[in-house]
Amino acid sequence: MLAYILRSLMQGLVVMLAVAFIAFSMFRFVGDPVVNMLGQEATLQDRAELTERLGLNDPVPLQFARFVGDAAQGDFGISYRQGRKVSSLILERLPATVELAVLSAIFAFVLGVALGVYAAIRRDGWIANLVMSLSLIGVSLPTFLIGIGLIYIFAVELRWLPSFGRGDTVALGWWTTGLLTASGLKSLIMPVLTLGFLQLTLIMRLVRSEMLEVMRADFIRFARARGIPERRIEFRHALRNTLIPVITIAGVQLGGVIAFAIVTETVFQWPGLGALFVNAVQFVDVPVMSAYLLFVAFVFVLTSLIVDLIYVALDPRLRSGNPAMAK
Amino acid sequence: MKPRFLHVAAILLGVSTLALGAAEARPLKWAAAGDALTIDPHGQNEGPTTSLNQHIYESLTERDHAGKLLPLLASSWRVLPDDPTTWEFKLESGVKFHDGAAFTADDVVFSYERAMQPTSDFKGYLTSVEKVSKVDDLTVRIKTKGPNPLLVNNTSSIRIMSKAWAEKNGATKAQDFKNKEENFAVRNANGTGPFTLVSREADVKTVMKRNDAYWNKAKVPLEITELTLLPIKQDATRVAALLSGEVDFVQDVPVQDIARLKTQPKLRVNSGAENRTIFFGMDVASADLKGDDVQGKNPFADKRVRQAMNMAINRPAIQRVVMRGESVPTGVIMPPFVNGWTKELDAAPPTDVAKAKALLAEAGYPTGFSTTLHCPNDRYVNDEGICQAAVGMFGQIGIKVNLVSQSKSIHFNLIQKNPAETEFYLVGWGVPTYDSDYIFSYMYHSRTGSQGSWNATGFKDAEVDAMIQSLSREVDIPKRDATIAKLWTRLKDETIYLPIHHQSLSYAMGTALDIPVDVGNNPKLKMVSFKGS
Repeated sequence: MLAYILRSLMQGLVVMLAVAFIAFSMFRFVGDPVVNMLGQEATLQDRAELTERLGLNDPVPLQFARFVGDAAQGDFGISYRQGRKVSSLILERLPATVELAVLSAIFAFVLGVALGVYAAIRRDGWIANLVMSLSLIGVSLPTFLIGIGLIYIFAVELRWLPSFGRGDTVALGWWTTGLLTASGLKSLIMPVLTLGFLQLTLIMRLVRSEMLEVMRADFIRFARARGIPERRIEFRHALRNTLIPVITIAGVQLGGVIAFAIVTETVFQWPGLGALFVNAVQFVDVPVMSAYLLFVAFVFVLTSLIVDLIYVALDPRLRSGNPAMAK
Repeated sequence: MKPRFLHVAAILLGVSTLALGAAEARPLKWAAAGDALTIDPHGQNEGPTTSLNQHIYESLTERDHAGKLLPLLASSWRVLPDDPTTWEFKLESGVKFHDGAAFTADDVVFSYERAMQPTSDFKGYLTSVEKVSKVDDLTVRIKTKGPNPLLVNNTSSIRIMSKAWAEKNGATKAQDFKNKEENFAVRNANGTGPFTLVSREADVKTVMKRNDAYWNKAKVPLEITELTLLPIKQDATRVAALLSGEVDFVQDVPVQDIARLKTQPKLRVNSGAENRTIFFGMDVASADLKGDDVQGKNPFADKRVRQAMNMAINRPAIQRVVMRGESVPTGVIMPPFVNGWTKELDAAPPTDVAKAKALLAEAGYPTGFSTTLHCPNDRYVNDEGICQAAVGMFGQIGIKVNLVSQSKSIHFNLIQKNPAETEFYLVGWGVPTYDSDYIFSYMYHSRTGSQGSWNATGFKDAEVDAMIQSLSREVDIPKRDATIAKLWTRLKDETIYLPIHHQSLSYAMGTALDIPVDVGNNPKLKMVSFKGS
């Protein structure tokens, strides 16, 4: 078991290095940071000097080696855009993104499973049909439009919820939370709905089809033949078997939600990592971009490792022998 | 019961307004598309950064919303009668920094020296300066390398910080990005300005409160008690925040929302010209272009081709369709507030497709040619839309244009590379010194190490260069203005740039406010006074 985790971590490290290198070699297509860092009065000499000072004249592999060397010591450099340490920028923005992502994942999972089960059991009911049709809209509408639509209904017309930002936050050590203030909670509602909506519809449709599949399986028929009550069959036997693939998907999705909350964060001016990254790309803030992409790779490596472990816990067959082989 | 209650309430209200006096004081929430990058006064010479910093730090002089130069920390100035290379500034007395320290000549000398250091982004304004020295506590002299009759125009950009404060906090230089430590001045401030910094979260919000000990209180309304800057990047969200009353003042109103906001009874929209002109530039010097289909020749090198293209652009159509009326078509790459601007220069050639075609045929391109246009898509108002419209217009005279739109970080790099990596491009230019010399030196002077850094056209004319250089030395103002006029006549005829329009700006706000559009797009919120209730 321990050997398996260690091996996964080693693989993760290789993945992160590869991501970092690909990202790094692509940065020169994003533009030249020097253009943004100097005012329009800058002379050709000024630009040459700053380029030299930032080490941008060095070959890409050398720049990359320097970056990895510094990163290994926890030093991600200083943001070109804000003149602040990248590590503290990321730590400052992390709580906002994590709270948003975790809440929307919970929202999507709980409601998605409930609606999916309902739609599977009452397959022909009109509510189930309505939910299924609505979920199609959820899959096809871009996140951006959902966000703007919510803002216009709940912020501009009804004035119930704030249209942007995170509201008041409370600091718990270095972590800031919006969960402890009224304005913080109100600010969370629309971004959570927006970010969770696509996940919700995906999980719901997945649960429904898996459940329908399982309900046709032999063991359900045997259970029925034994006269076990229908409710018990549905929730005890069918749902449990349905959830294994759903949890896998939801777990991987959580990583994606944390990493790519970019659109939602931009629409709601949510001060998270996604917004930080968008600004960094526009400014060609290379230190922030590299650190962010490394962070995203880390999140994916971590979530897939955790999902693997949950898999092992859920499926007894994987526990004996080499789990990686059993897959 | 009810009417009596109202009556009592009215009296109470009356009493309370009396107690407060005529001026109402309120907090103000200000939304803009971008946040300041730093609050270091010499760190970044960039619009949103200046917009914020000017409320905390002040300069020797300031520009009002129309661009007029006014005294601020300096009460008066002059060129020494016996030495045309030395400017003398008399400073205001009784000025205090936010930490209570007195403002003196030492702070001015220190700040100018800080702004001239290699890591400062404002050194470009002070390249002509040789030495800044203190005469007494309230007098400063700036010695220039040669006579510089316009130095005072640049002083409105150089903000003054406290020497003692900067030294105490190790912030005697602007942020050096090679250095891995954050400079103290990036997030802390101590100026002489009308607002003091309370808290700052970059890209989230910056809170300032009124400086009740402001030295210049008698001359400005200063009615905002608490000023909060809220950057909201997304256009629709920014407008929604104004409509829902969460913010009071929006600086960057998207063009497509102006008409709708104007119909709102509780909102006011102010529009006006910005100090920025949008135009195309082209490579007139290379022997052969890479991005065209003409072999062995550069069509842009022929003035007739450039004139034909200038005639092909339908400026009123761009103004009406692309800009929804929010621009001023022009025939010169100089905003109207700039010294040297005249109505005659501003007149654009009328659109004339037939004549343009004839000119092209005369130049040897009866069937036109194809070329590549580079355009930014995130810098100016509807920049990509302008290019798309122009592509169609050039198509009408047979010039097939392949459009490449990309982010400003890539686009500006093409222009600034030496030699430039674009042969046909869109660019905009603002003139912070309000003098033609600024346009000439960056846009028309041939590329040398220090001049012509934005002249990607390859245009090079020794006579023009000499005239441009003479401007920075000429102390006789009428003579200087005559040279400027001569240069413009000559350069407008060269048509190395195709002017489109002066960009307009719109500010939207609640009806209690009436903030005029600032030509530099740095609204001066100390001037805000609230109207009615």
